Amino acid sequence: MQTLRAPEELIAVRELTRRYGAVTALQSVNLSIGGGELVAIVGPSGCGKSTLLRILAGLLEPTEGEASLHGSRIDGPRRDIGVVFQTPVLFPWRSVLDNVLLPVDVQRLGRDKMRATAMELLRLVGLDGFETHLPRQLSGGMQQRAALVRALIHDPSVLLMDEPFGALDAMTREQMNLELQRIWMERRKTVVFVTHSVGEAVFLADRVVVMSPRPGRIVDTLEVDFPRPRPLSVMNTEAFGVHVSRIREKLNATGGLE
Amino acid sequence: MKALLRLLLMAALLGLWEAAARGFAIPGYILPPPSAVGVALYRGVRSGIFLEHVWITMLETFLGFALGASAGFLLGTAVALSRRFEYYFHPIIIMFQAMPKVALAPLIIVWFGLDLPSKVINAGLVCFFPLMVNTIVGLRSADEDRVSLMRSLAASPSQIFWMLRLPGALPSIFAGLEIAMIFALIGAIVAEFVGAQSGLGVLIQSMNFSMDVAGQFSVLFILSLIGLGLNGIVTAVRRQVVFWDHGGRGNQPGGKP
Repeated sequence: MQTLRAPEELIAVRELTRRYGAVTALQSVNLSIGGGELVAIVGPSGCGKSTLLRILAGLLEPTEGEASLHGSRIDGPRRDIGVVFQTPVLFPWRSVLDNVLLPVDVQRLGRDKMRATAMELLRLVGLDGFETHLPRQLSGGMQQRAALVRALIHDPSVLLMDEPFGALDAMTREQMNLELQRIWMERRKTVVFVTHSVGEAVFLADRVVVMSPRPGRIVDTLEVDFPRPRPLSVMNTEAFGVHVSRIREKLNATGGLE
Repeated sequence: MKALLRLLLMAALLGLWEAAARGFAIPGYILPPPSAVGVALYRGVRSGIFLEHVWITMLETFLGFALGASAGFLLGTAVALSRRFEYYFHPIIIMFQAMPKVALAPLIIVWFGLDLPSKVINAGLVCFFPLMVNTIVGLRSADEDRVSLMRSLAASPSQIFWMLRLPGALPSIFAGLEIAMIFALIGAIVAEFVGAQSGLGVLIQSMNFSMDVAGQFSVLFILSLIGLGLNGIVTAVRRQVVFWDHGGRGNQPGGKP
């Protein structure tokens, strides 16, 4: 089987282990992600997928092994990474535009220069006209869109997403999946997308990484090669179902979905 | 309609008070009728005698508030940001917090004299703790995800403080300021009781000695107005500064005067 489709390696994870006291959250994880790839990591809670993402974001130190980006070891937060969390994490005292410009303020990239970029990105996710609103005036889906724009504003090469649509209702979630795909096709970021929804993983990803809990390790990796842009109806195809059942079997065999 | 009932209730209570004071012929030096209080208030305002004392008490209150609130904010920030600072200062802070601060007033008069400084210091002491406690609670309550977000952007600790922790603490800090403002007034009045040459506390005491109870009631009325005014100022500023925090008044751990 040909698996070296990815162009050049951007993120490399080697023999990564993370322990919290006596609990092993991640056990000898190896993963290679190519530039521009959209990789989904699925697994039940407690499989260490969020831990892996936090290590990639430089928020957490590995106990053993290492993760590297562009060939250099990740030993702290980096400016070329954008993170989207499960909740929008907007600052209630900042307007939508100011929230989106937070990375610009922190990294002193120059607001005047970046305002146009922000407006363009807000238009891309359908939030134009809302830039002066406060976060509490937006719906959950709109807030998460603003969070997505904030993660993209400083033009990072990598987008790390930690169950970003987990808190949204099913319909909004599908909408956001379509939008993420569109943005990804337009911007060609490398995306690492953590989710516990098998369907979401197969729909979005070029490659799905399946993890098992306690200790978290990678038990399977599969390529998904549906043509893009994928319509929501791809979920009703037989090939989609085959992928989903293969992942589910793996998950059930190694501790199961809850 | 409701507002009218509210006014009617107040008028009825005053009327009842008036009727009771007159009907049972309660002596004026025990409980004067509201009409006598009104007359005393009018006389005091006309003669200008209140004005001087109001000015002194307000000055003490404001200066004490500025002193105590700034000190409370700074120390609260130090405690919230530095575990080491907290470790060493925690026992001292707890001891002082448990003590009724107004009980220090006699000592403060001895140390700082009968003039303005002793009142300002006493007012400052009393309003110090509510602000310190609320500052600590506010700064510590920063959402973990927001801190993670800032860190993921490679933000420095000072950026995390100025962009996240401090604005996030403002609702709680303003709740503390509202308490501190009223506490400062209490501190100033108590210190005036213990020893002073002017101020509304002094006025109350001298009226007490001369059994001018109606006069005392009129000063109490003025003190209520001052309290309402001070609270109104803080509330108005809070609405402007903490514009995003609708209705919520933040945490109010408060303290003892």
